[in-house]
Amino acid sequence: MAHILLRHRDIPDFNKLNVYKKNGGFAAFKKAVTRMKPTEVTGEVTKSGLRGRGGAGFPTGMKWSFIDKNNWPHYVVANADESEPGTFKDREIMESNPFQFLEGLAIGCYAVGANVAYVYLRGEFWQVAAFLDEKIAEMEEAGFLGENLFGTDYSLKIYTHLGAGAYICGEETALLESLEGKRGQPRVRPPFPPSYGLYGKPTIINNVETFTNVPPILTNGADWYKSIGTADSAGVKIFSLSGRVRKPGNYELPFGATFRQLIYEHGMGVQDGRSVKAIMPAGASSSLIVVDDKVLDTPMDYSSVRTVGSDLGSASVIVLDDTVDIDWVINKTIHFFKHESCGKCTPCREGNYWMKNLTDRIHAGTGSDDDVKLLLNVARQMQGTCLCALGEFSTMAVVTGIERFPQDFKKKTKA
Amino acid sequence: MLLQKYSKEVKQILSKYPPEHKRSAVMPLLYLAQREEGYVNKEAMQNIASLLDITETDVASIIGFYTLYHDKKAGKYRMQVCTDLPCALRGADEFLENLCGNLGVKVGETTEDGLVTLEEVMCLAACDRAPMFQTQGPDGIEYHEYMTVDRTMELIEALKQTEKESK
Ligand SMILES: Cc1cc2nc3c(=O)[nH]c(=O)nc-3n(C[C@H](O)[C@H](O)[C@H](O)COP(=O)(O)O)c2cc1C
Ligand code: SF4
Ligand code: FES
Repeated sequence: MAHILLRHRDIPDFNKLNVYKKNGGFAAFKKAVTRMKPTEVTGEVTKSGLRGRGGAGFPTGMKWSFIDKNNWPHYVVANADESEPGTFKDREIMESNPFQFLEGLAIGCYAVGANVAYVYLRGEFWQVAAFLDEKIAEMEEAGFLGENLFGTDYSLKIYTHLGAGAYICGEETALLESLEGKRGQPRVRPPFPPSYGLYGKPTIINNVETFTNVPPILTNGADWYKSIGTADSAGVKIFSLSGRVRKPGNYELPFGATFRQLIYEHGMGVQDGRSVKAIMPAGASSSLIVVDDKVLDTPMDYSSVRTVGSDLGSASVIVLDDTVDIDWVINKTIHFFKHESCGKCTPCREGNYWMKNLTDRIHAGTGSDDDVKLLLNVARQMQGTCLCALGEFSTMAVVTGIERFPQDFKKKTKA
Repeated sequence: MLLQKYSKEVKQILSKYPPEHKRSAVMPLLYLAQREEGYVNKEAMQNIASLLDITETDVASIIGFYTLYHDKKAGKYRMQVCTDLPCALRGADEFLENLCGNLGVKVGETTEDGLVTLEEVMCLAACDRAPMFQTQGPDGIEYHEYMTVDRTMELIEALKQTEKESK
């Protein structure tokens, strides 16, 4: 099947404006601005079943319809923070198919009546931001951005903005704080960004991959899009496959493809012919899945992954083979979350401090059974008490690791 | 002074944000400020604070919050190796250990010639290309992927060479 998002893999030089244009580029944006009302654009996206690709899977059209029409101006922000360990899809889109992303972003802006959009990139994407700046300038030059687009009174500017190394800035309200020139710490919600966002104005925030789906939806129609994927998860997804596989990388597959297909057909199987012990389908924030044949044949869509005790999230599939010790895995994930906790609320700040101490001790082989119990307790107590989802994320691998792989911890502790 | 030296860049940065929300420019201005010395000095902090009508404490707290801003001098290039879970599953920890051995420094230390500070960082969205690191230096941030210790030593040699030629 030809790619819908990673089209650069089928068409050479797809990141050049004339090539993109020759292959139907910007027709969807032009159609929206010249022949559709903003609410019709939102309606089409709603009908397509598109869900946000940043992790939560929230219906995109519904989010756009929440924009507060009594408070102006409106803003749109593309979330290009991409910092979940194991995720590297937005980067490929921006580097190799930048115009489809920018066109989708532009269509989103038109749909919610925004004349200014920001692309918030993680600071490490320095080169990507410079590249996007070039592409934005080319679009302005060609009349796809700027004043009075396609002879209408609609105008749009897109700017890039670099973060500076903080995973928490991927959380949408922390991102807004950061974009306002403050420390990136989450806001208390409600109010939500569609009513109170950037500079206190109604704001729509979507992931890069989410926006990249929008031009083909407008071009081919919502029904076409809905015919791909599964009932609750329409369309295609880019799966970032990493860990102990032979061929890690991004794979664009329809929702509902199985873990087996991803790992064995696309990833060419496990290194050294070993077997899969566990899967983390949503990066470091995952609940660990114990793998057997049934799990490998599970369709990767939002509801099916839940039936095997995890969440699809951003679909960053990390593969752990049977040589990997789970106490080491959670030591790594807690090292990450302890470092990235923004410190705003006590359960997450203190909880991660303690979880770090305990996993360090357990992994070093100097911990006891009681330390493992205490660790599990700390993680459980954090659940439901943190201000933002990062706190919750930090407990997932710990709780499921200890509960589902007790033998790995027994091995490590003295009684 | 930052403003005079880079007046064109400063103007361009400020033009991205509504004038009444110019505080948004603090992050791009901090990158500009640390371009030459690799860290933000006191004077630049004062400059940025007065330009944006915020306090120096505000600026300092932002530098402290984000890992890519620095308030202390280090090597000309910060070599930041990713050892997060996906990279570690593909040999990143061993890579870093061997690199330390070859360079004769520990994580956090700077080579004797002041060229390279070796650091350990979290996922850089290149997990399929491990081992990998980024270099943060005067020309911004560059990714180096599918690395080996040999190729890293060659890269450092090349940096040394450019350094000599520029002197
Ligand atoms: C700690 C944390 C980190 C996040 N990181 C990202 C990220 O890097 N990229 C992203 O698109 N969404 C991230 N999200 C989700 C965003 O908050 C938000 O839901 C998303 O950008 C909405 O876009 P979507 O509806 O298109 O998915 C993160 C959430 C949390 C709690
Ligand atoms: S849960 Fe953690 S990251 Fe989120 S606001 Fe609280 S301290 Fe910050
Ligand atoms: S874990 Fe190293 S780049 Fe993602």
